[in-house]
Amino acid sequence: MSYQYSPGTGQTPSGSDQHYSAAVPAYNNKVVKQFAIMTVVWGVVGMLVGVIIAAQLVWPELNVGPWLHFGRLRPLHTNAVIFAFGGCALFASSYYVVQRTSQAPLFSDRLAAFTFWGWQLVIVAAAITLPLGLTSAKEYAELEWPIDILIALVWVIYAVVFFGTIIKRRVAHIYVANWFFGAFIIAIAMLHIVNSLALPVSLFKSYSIYPGTIDAMVQWWYGHNAVGFFLTAGFLGMMYYFVPKQAERPVYSYRLSIVHFWALIAIYIWAGPHHLHYSTLPDWAQSLGMVMSLLLLAPSWGGMINGIMTLSGAWHKLRTDPTFRFLVVSLSFYGMSTFEGPMMSIKTVNALSHNTDWTIGHVHSGALGWVAMISIGCLYHLIPRLYGKSKMYSVNLINMHFWMSTIGTVLYIASMWVNGITQGLMWRAFNSDGTLTYSFAESVEASYPGYLVRLIGGTIFFAGMLLMAFNVWRTINDKIPQPQVSEGVAHV
Amino acid sequence: MSDFWSNWIILLTLIVLIGSVWLLIANRKTEVRGDLPEGEIPKTGHSYDGIEEYENPLPIWWFWMFLSTAAFALIYLILYPGLGNFKGVLDWTQEKQWQQSIDTASLELDAKYAAYAATSIDDLAADPAALRMGRRLFNNNCAVCHGIGGVGGNGFPNLSDHDWLYGGSGDAIVQSITNGRQGVMPPWGAVLGDRGVEDMADYLMSLNGQPFDAQRAARGAGQYKMFCTGCHGADGSGIQALGAPNLKDRIWLYNQLDTPLLENVRHSIRNGRNGNMPSHADKLRPEKIHLIAAYVYSLSQTSRQR
Repeated sequence: MSYQYSPGTGQTPSGSDQHYSAAVPAYNNKVVKQFAIMTVVWGVVGMLVGVIIAAQLVWPELNVGPWLHFGRLRPLHTNAVIFAFGGCALFASSYYVVQRTSQAPLFSDRLAAFTFWGWQLVIVAAAITLPLGLTSAKEYAELEWPIDILIALVWVIYAVVFFGTIIKRRVAHIYVANWFFGAFIIAIAMLHIVNSLALPVSLFKSYSIYPGTIDAMVQWWYGHNAVGFFLTAGFLGMMYYFVPKQAERPVYSYRLSIVHFWALIAIYIWAGPHHLHYSTLPDWAQSLGMVMSLLLLAPSWGGMINGIMTLSGAWHKLRTDPTFRFLVVSLSFYGMSTFEGPMMSIKTVNALSHNTDWTIGHVHSGALGWVAMISIGCLYHLIPRLYGKSKMYSVNLINMHFWMSTIGTVLYIASMWVNGITQGLMWRAFNSDGTLTYSFAESVEASYPGYLVRLIGGTIFFAGMLLMAFNVWRTINDKIPQPQVSEGVAHV
Repeated sequence: MSDFWSNWIILLTLIVLIGSVWLLIANRKTEVRGDLPEGEIPKTGHSYDGIEEYENPLPIWWFWMFLSTAAFALIYLILYPGLGNFKGVLDWTQEKQWQQSIDTASLELDAKYAAYAATSIDDLAADPAALRMGRRLFNNNCAVCHGIGGVGGNGFPNLSDHDWLYGGSGDAIVQSITNGRQGVMPPWGAVLGDRGVEDMADYLMSLNGQPFDAQRAARGAGQYKMFCTGCHGADGSGIQALGAPNLKDRIWLYNQLDTPLLENVRHSIRNGRNGNMPSHADKLRPEKIHLIAAYVYSLSQTSRQR
């Protein structure tokens, strides 16, 4: 298997750098293409399931039969958007970025192909077992033990391909994007394996090896760092390549990269206990989870500052380049949700927000606003380059997608804020006689309008994904002129 | 927690805290290498696929924001538990915080509850303030099964009519809430056979003004005398001491809405029923049960007046 680099793909490094005067290596674009296409496919599928479960909360009669019940579709939604959509986006971008910033082809095309097919198998297995009700009942780690083993295997091979490519690199330094991708790959391997340790009792059933509170702590150590390393560090890796590329500007501050990278990975791993405030978890662990979460604010914002300041100076592109808009807005949502997170980790705030829709809103300001938007921006940058086209089929459709994503996200998170704070306040409201003012059912009734608005927001976001799928389809299949051969090709 | 693990936690925590601050301060200043024209921002000299990096210093507001969160973390860990076995100078625990809020509430409310507890349920049922408290307690503890306003549902008794399985006096209601109730109707399918079940159901229809087959009902009446009078009484009016329902008041505890009444009744006879009202002795204080009982009692009183 060999993937010859073609000058027509536009993937030529800038000719300005003397390191690159040698022939451009034959990058493996095939696996990047495969993951990029599946990112679009799983994005559509995962968000469709999201729209369905949002509708089920508005109209409970849509819970048809056990397989399509909310309780089974909800983990399908979270797994599909995080690990299928987000995962494929990270595979695609990390493979694309590590080759180009290392000036080396992937360590092994065979192993890279294994990670693609292995990961798709994991996703398909999830899509079958979760609706069947086969679950380990650990949030974001619901898959049963045979699938967990497959994930671990794929992940270790992913690490071999990624770090093997780094080792083979032809530039002296390792680019900051690869620090983040590398941290994400190592941490997820560790988190997944430790949290998924279980005793199988049959092919489809296993029990966690950890008892009680320890199980809860391990689960949220995993759960929060799935957010920290999968959804933050991984996507920061994506950001550090595609933002300077799209802005055609140098990264704002190398110093800031160093400080916020090391601080982020050192501190994030401590933040899990903030999911277990006022529980059987010992007080000291709760406090540590909270202070480390607060300490995380500055390192998180370091990435936003570096991204936004890199984009600044190219603001004129906001008028003409909707892909650029996706990147700007994703960084804004990133900054907002990484401010919100530390605030919600404070015990007194958490006492109000915990178990309410506020948490769902917070997650989606990260998931839709940051993760999905930066992935979408990355895909609009990648697709024409991967397929040797000068541009996407329709820039207007990208623009429309941008507005649909933004409006959809805003509707989603605003309605969940209102719902969450309403629920939190209603649950804690007391009468002067010491009785609760509201029954639980009354807080559900008060949440109804918010659920409707959330469904509308989610549907708009989902419809935007359909536009993207169409646009990608046409870009690949239409006759769009190849890009002008850039100056760098002269070196080949 | 043993001293070893406590020290381990303290050590790791301080390494991360102090290490972060060191990292921040060590990278505060950027060295400028070589001479640069005035106003030009230095670059690192690296280039990755054409991406270069500026040597801009850390934003000063960000630097101070990072330092202040570290200071907050340190102060918090001195005041509150966090560093291993060190309790923190405020000696705070979540149990103490909970106990304090309970104590504060008790100061205000105990007298109020005590006064209501000393009042009879009959009198409370005429006291709007007491009923408001009772209704709130009911909505938060009982309405999940019995519905808002106690209207009940399939398998869950309606508390707002005046049909009582175990008696509608204040004392009987307090008993039901405190100790729970187990309503067991044994299955009769094997004893009566299919035809016997149908006959019995038609007999019960005849007691309740429903359309029925006279021949079957007559056969069912005979069977009833043999098998059912022990619990439901000779005339079918039920026996509250046993929790056996009145079978001729046109009120059906088990009546699934999407199934015809006749089928539901046959199902009850054939397969039996198990009703379980859980005990609330461990969940609600006696004063609260007293108030809820007063509210429930008042529901049946108002409906009777209508």
